[in-house]
Amino acid sequence: MSDFISANLPYLLAGISTGGQYALIAIGYTMVYGILRLINFAHGDVFMVAGLVMVYVSASFGPYVAIPVVIIATMALGFIIERAAYKPLRSAPRMSVMISAIGVSYLLQNCALYFTGGLPQIYPAIPFLAKSVTIFGATTKLVTLITPVLTIVLVILLMLLINHTKMGMAMRAVSKDFETSQLMGIKINNVISITFIIGCFLAAIGSMLYFSNYTSVIPTSGGMPGLKAFVAAVFGGIGSIPGAVIGAFIIGICENIIKGLGLTEFSDAFTFVLLIIILVVKPTGIFGEKATDKV
Amino acid sequence: MTTLNKKSKTGRYIAILCLLLVYVLAYLMDNVLPATSFTLMLVPVLKKGAIYSLLCVSMNLLNGFTGLFSLGQAGFMLIGGYTYAALTIPAAQHDAVYQYFDGGAIKFSIPEILSGFLGNSLGTILGVIITLIIAGLFAAIFAALIGFPVLRLKSDYLAIATLGFAEIIRAFFQWEGLGVITNGSNLLRKYTSFADIELTIGGTTIELGTLFLFVIVTLCIAVIVLLINSSYGRALKSIRDDEVAAEAMGINLFKHKMISFIISSFFAGVGGALLAMFQTTIQASAFKSAMTYEILLMVVIGGIGSVSGSCIASFLYIACSEWWLRFLDSGSLFGLVNVPFFRDGFRKVVFSVVIMIIVLFFSKGIMGDKEISFKGIGGLINRIKNKKKKAVTAAANAGSEEGEAK
Repeated sequence: MSDFISANLPYLLAGISTGGQYALIAIGYTMVYGILRLINFAHGDVFMVAGLVMVYVSASFGPYVAIPVVIIATMALGFIIERAAYKPLRSAPRMSVMISAIGVSYLLQNCALYFTGGLPQIYPAIPFLAKSVTIFGATTKLVTLITPVLTIVLVILLMLLINHTKMGMAMRAVSKDFETSQLMGIKINNVISITFIIGCFLAAIGSMLYFSNYTSVIPTSGGMPGLKAFVAAVFGGIGSIPGAVIGAFIIGICENIIKGLGLTEFSDAFTFVLLIIILVVKPTGIFGEKATDKV
Repeated sequence: MTTLNKKSKTGRYIAILCLLLVYVLAYLMDNVLPATSFTLMLVPVLKKGAIYSLLCVSMNLLNGFTGLFSLGQAGFMLIGGYTYAALTIPAAQHDAVYQYFDGGAIKFSIPEILSGFLGNSLGTILGVIITLIIAGLFAAIFAALIGFPVLRLKSDYLAIATLGFAEIIRAFFQWEGLGVITNGSNLLRKYTSFADIELTIGGTTIELGTLFLFVIVTLCIAVIVLLINSSYGRALKSIRDDEVAAEAMGINLFKHKMISFIISSFFAGVGGALLAMFQTTIQASAFKSAMTYEILLMVVIGGIGSVSGSCIASFLYIACSEWWLRFLDSGSLFGLVNVPFFRDGFRKVVFSVVIMIIVLFFSKGIMGDKEISFKGIGGLINRIKNKKKKAVTAAANAGSEEGEAK
């Protein structure tokens, strides 16, 4: 039994840890979708940019200075993207906004390619995350244990923000009905900006946790985690924060178990199989609200 | 009535003339043009531009004319490209290509089989055409299979589901278990490419690669245009404009969406096969979602819902990214002034900024949903002719009047 645990525990732990990281990204997707009905394709790339900022800042000022800088820079990036690329298209058809999101993703990737020169950037070891610990005979980095705890704490804080503050109430109102909430005196542009900023804050934290497990950042390394987090958001019912978190943990754990079974090629494909199954069986996800079509 | 006929006839003549001109130029490019640094850039750009035109038009059929926001293009291209490559590797090369998989499972090559009956050059051409069709069919069959679950979804869910399928296909083609056909994560090579398409008559060899490509691309685009202008095409446009209203008018939504999806995928498959021919090697890892995004952006630049816009945009896009904007990567402006920030990748940054500007401020793209019509050009020419005639007759009248006055 102890052999079994020590053989499989690393995968389970890694799964919970990746799940937590996906959850932090997925919240960004799900919140933006809830309000703007937009798949923010650029969110994965914002996550990648956060990784690169960490690399560059900590090279000059050390990791402890870098952490707040990364968080602030990512939040600023989210704000700028929203104001520059999505706000002008507020009344445009949904397809245009989605294309704009794809354009932003393309722009961020190309900028990253330009600044890194296409070379993988070695991610700095954040001291308190990279420490090795041993539990039940399985050795792992401390980040694996911190991630789920931190994720849950952040999610609880976010839920408190949404359910018990004025800003949260405004967010809920805007996601229910754009125009009516505007009539009620809610400054929707501010609410949308804050949604993006919160999403990017969580993505910045997620990127620190995620890249601590990997050695390097490349311009395309935001793509896959971004897509998976999106799948997690859809799986949990897009627009629902607890749904996104549960979906992300399920995907993270399943993915690592599949890797453990030796089917690494299919670990990415599995996520999409899950997506397609959920879309066919229950398109609104586990916790999603039922959408009705108005004629 | 007569003027209308005359107009459309003039238009048709102009269209045929332009097409012939393109074909003659394509022929000249292969056989007459000397290999200077200029033509070495020009010919590949035109070839790639032509392939991307087909890919863009096929995507436009789905996104622009049917209103289905699908992001599965790269997956269908991958299926087409791999089908083509696997079926045209010469038998003698199998051991070299599938070196890790005991020479692979497919032991024949369609162009070679046909060469046995029809002679080398004709057999290769016919074999390639047949394989291109098979490549398209494979993509279309797959589209039909995934269409059942996917096409019931709405806008963004459809986009994500098709994107997901494209990723699954990519993972599948890289899987070692299918290595006997797909060569696992290694690339496929040595299959028939454009350089192999030639005609030998009495000892002289005529290269036909570029001409062949242009003929195939124009044929495919012509088929799509015919579809768009048919009653099916009108049904598709009505679905795009208002699904509910279209259904109320008796259009079977699912059937028409399926037709559009399958046909679009067929041509994406053919386009993928042509791209494989152009590149001479093919690897599944290149067919990422970024490839779909690139095609989508070309469609947007050209104008969503315009076939001619898509073609113009893809030639422009390819020419800019592969040729005209190269200097942005070279470190200096025209080789004279050193600009420190002109280094590798700057071209792409400039490019994506331009794309963002187009997306944000010129969302109609180059053509909007209009087309360049030869009919219109024909009409214009007729009008100019008529004006001239009128001017001539007026002048003659004036002359005679003058004469009378004298």
